[in-house]
Amino acid sequence: MLTDNKLLKIEEHLTVLKDKPGALLPIMHAIQDDLGYIPEESYEPISKALSLSVAEIHGFVTFYHHFRTKPSGKHILQICRAESCQSMGSENIESYCKEKLGIDYHQTTEDNSITLEPVYCLGNCACSPAVMIDDEVIGRVTEDKIDELIQEAKKNDNL
Amino acid sequence: MTTYKIYIPRDSSALSLGADKVFKAIKVEAANRKIELEIIRNGSRGLFWLETMVEVETDQGRVAYGPINPSDIPSMFDREFFLGKEHSLSLGITSEIEWLKNQERLTYARVGITDPVSLNDYEAHDGFKGLRKALKLTNQEIVDEVTDSGLRGRGGAAFPTGIKWQTVLNAPSEKKYIVCNADEGDSGTFSDRMIMENDPFVLIEGMIIAGLAVGADQGYIYLRSEYPHAQAILNEAIDIAEKNGFLGKNILNSKFSFKLEVTRAAGAYICGEETSLLESLEGKRGLVRYKPPLPAIEGLYGKPTVVNNVISLATIPIILDKGSKFYADFGMGRSKGTLPIQLAGNLKQTGLIEKAFGITLRELLYDFGGGSATGKNIKAVQVGGPLGAFLPEHQFDTPLDYEKFSEINAVVGHGGIVAFDDSIDMSKLARYSFEFCAIESCGKCTPCRIGSTRGMEVIDKIKDGIDQEKNVEVLKDLGETMVHGSLCAMGGMTPFPVISALNFFPKDFGLEKSET
Repeated sequence: MLTDNKLLKIEEHLTVLKDKPGALLPIMHAIQDDLGYIPEESYEPISKALSLSVAEIHGFVTFYHHFRTKPSGKHILQICRAESCQSMGSENIESYCKEKLGIDYHQTTEDNSITLEPVYCLGNCACSPAVMIDDEVIGRVTEDKIDELIQEAKKNDNL
Repeated sequence: MTTYKIYIPRDSSALSLGADKVFKAIKVEAANRKIELEIIRNGSRGLFWLETMVEVETDQGRVAYGPINPSDIPSMFDREFFLGKEHSLSLGITSEIEWLKNQERLTYARVGITDPVSLNDYEAHDGFKGLRKALKLTNQEIVDEVTDSGLRGRGGAAFPTGIKWQTVLNAPSEKKYIVCNADEGDSGTFSDRMIMENDPFVLIEGMIIAGLAVGADQGYIYLRSEYPHAQAILNEAIDIAEKNGFLGKNILNSKFSFKLEVTRAAGAYICGEETSLLESLEGKRGLVRYKPPLPAIEGLYGKPTVVNNVISLATIPIILDKGSKFYADFGMGRSKGTLPIQLAGNLKQTGLIEKAFGITLRELLYDFGGGSATGKNIKAVQVGGPLGAFLPEHQFDTPLDYEKFSEINAVVGHGGIVAFDDSIDMSKLARYSFEFCAIESCGKCTPCRIGSTRGMEVIDKIKDGIDQEKNVEVLKDLGETMVHGSLCAMGGMTPFPVISALNFFPKDFGLEKSET
C-alpha cells in the first residue's frame, strides 16, 4: 500500500496538470520525478482524473522505457549500447559494469545504491563510449572511470 | 585592473569530458593569482577531440587551447594564456583551425561563439533578423522563401519543408500547430542537441517564423528525455524570449502571437517518427498512425500541423534573413544548402561539420576525421543512424547527396556518420539492428514487431552454420517483407543495415563465398 503522503503528492500533480492538453505524459514525469517511480496504485486516481481506463494508463506506462513501476536505487547508471559506442568498445564497458556491480540490466545493487539500465544513444557519440549517471553524461569512459563513478556515487550515499 | 575574457563551453559533450572541472580550476587559480577573468560559458565549436577547449579573446581574435584538463591549468597561468600567449596546448586563432576553416556554417553560425542564453549575444550575431523580415511578409511570401531555398527535412526523410508548410497554410482551420521533432534518437547524431544547447534562440526563432507562415499560434518542442541539459537551456531561453517580447502575445508589436513549450519525451525511439510523436504529445502510447491523413492536414489533435526536425527549423532564420537564393546556392543537385554532419564512433577527430552537400565520405573520414581512433583500417561506416546502411570502403567516394546515397540503397538521414575499425564483427551489428528494432518497435504492424525477432533468430542460425544457404534466402526475404510491409521507417528500414552487412561482409556471417 502507498503511504497517504505519496497519494497526496499524486493528487497534487493531478490537480496541477490534469487540464493540460496531452496531460498524461507530463503527469507521469511529475510523479516519477517526485517519487522516483510510478506506483501502480496511482493508476486509479489518474484514470479518474483523466477519464481513461486503468488499462490505458498501464499501457501508457509500459510503452515508454523511461517510466518505471518499481523504485530504483539511489542512482541510475545508464550505459549506451548504440552503434557509435559499440565502435569504441561499449560491450566491454557493459560487461565490466555488470560484473563489478553483480547485477544485470534493469536490476539494482543489493545496497540499493545503483540501478543499471541500457540506453540507446545519449547524443554524446563524438565522445564514445558514453554512460550517464543520474543527469550527468560521461564521455570516453574507461573501466577506471567506471570505478571512479561508482565509488563517487556510493560515497555520496553515505553522507 | 585588466579583465581578461575567457570562454569555457557548457555543451554537454564538453561537460562529459570535464568542462565544469576546468571551469572551476580556472576560477580558483585566477582567484589565487589575483587575476580578473570574465568567464563566458559558450557553446562548443564541435571539435570534440579538443574538448575541453578554452578560448581567450585577444586583439587578433579568439585564441584556443585544448584539450585542457584541470591539471594543465597552473602551467597555463604560468604561461599567461589569458593574454593569448603560447602554451603546449595552443591551437592558435580559433577561426583559423583547419577543421573550422573548411566548413560552411550557416545554421551553426553562432554555435560555440556565443553564450547560448544571452539574448544580446544572439541579436549581436544576426539573431532575430529573419523574424523581423518575416513579419513584413505575407504568409505566402514566407512559405515561398522556404520552398525556393530547396530546404528538405533534415530529420532524415528529406521531404521538402516548403511543400509541407504550403500544405498546412492551405489547410483551413482555426487552430494549427508547429511541432519540433527533437527526439534525436539516432546513434551517431548530436546536431539537434548542439543547436538546442548551444544556440537555442535560433530554434525558437525558426518556430516563430513557422507559426507566422502557416498561421499557428502554438508550438511544442518534443524533446527526448535523455537530454536534460538541452531541456534546461531551452526552458531558460524560452523564458528570456517571452520576457523580451519574442514569444507570447503581439510579438515585436505585431498582431502575431505564438506560445512555445517543451514537452519531455519518455525514452521511446519510435516517437521520433512523426505520427508516433504526435500520439505521444497527445498523452497516448506512441503508436504509429496510418497515413494518410498527413499530419499537415490532420496532425496534433486532428489539426493541421507542421512537424519539422530541429535543424530544419533552425535553418529557417538564415533563409529568411539572407534570402532563399543565398541558401540554395550551396549544395549540389536537388540537395541544396548545407548539412550538419556529425562524425562519430571510431575516428581520431570527431565532431560537428556543417558543409554544403557534395563532400565525399572519404574526405570526411580522413581529411576531417583523421582516420580511425584506434589506428586500424576503417572497415565500414554507418550513415544516417541505426536504420542506415553500412557502407564498405569501396563506397567511400560517394558524395553526401540525398539522391546519390539513394542510388546505392543508403541514406544520408540526419547526417550522422559512425565509423568502425576492422575489429568489428558486422554480423553482430546486423543482429543488433534487429534487436534494436525489437526493443523499439511500437508493435502496431506485424513485419516490424515479429520480423525483428525472427531476424535475430535467422542470423543466429546462419552464424551457427545451420542451413546457411536457405537461411540467407529467408533473411533476404524477411528483409523484403519488412521493407515493403511495414507501416513506418522503423521496420521499413531496419533491413538496410542488415542486408548491407550481409552483402558486403559475408565472411563475418560465416559465409565463405563473397557476394560483392
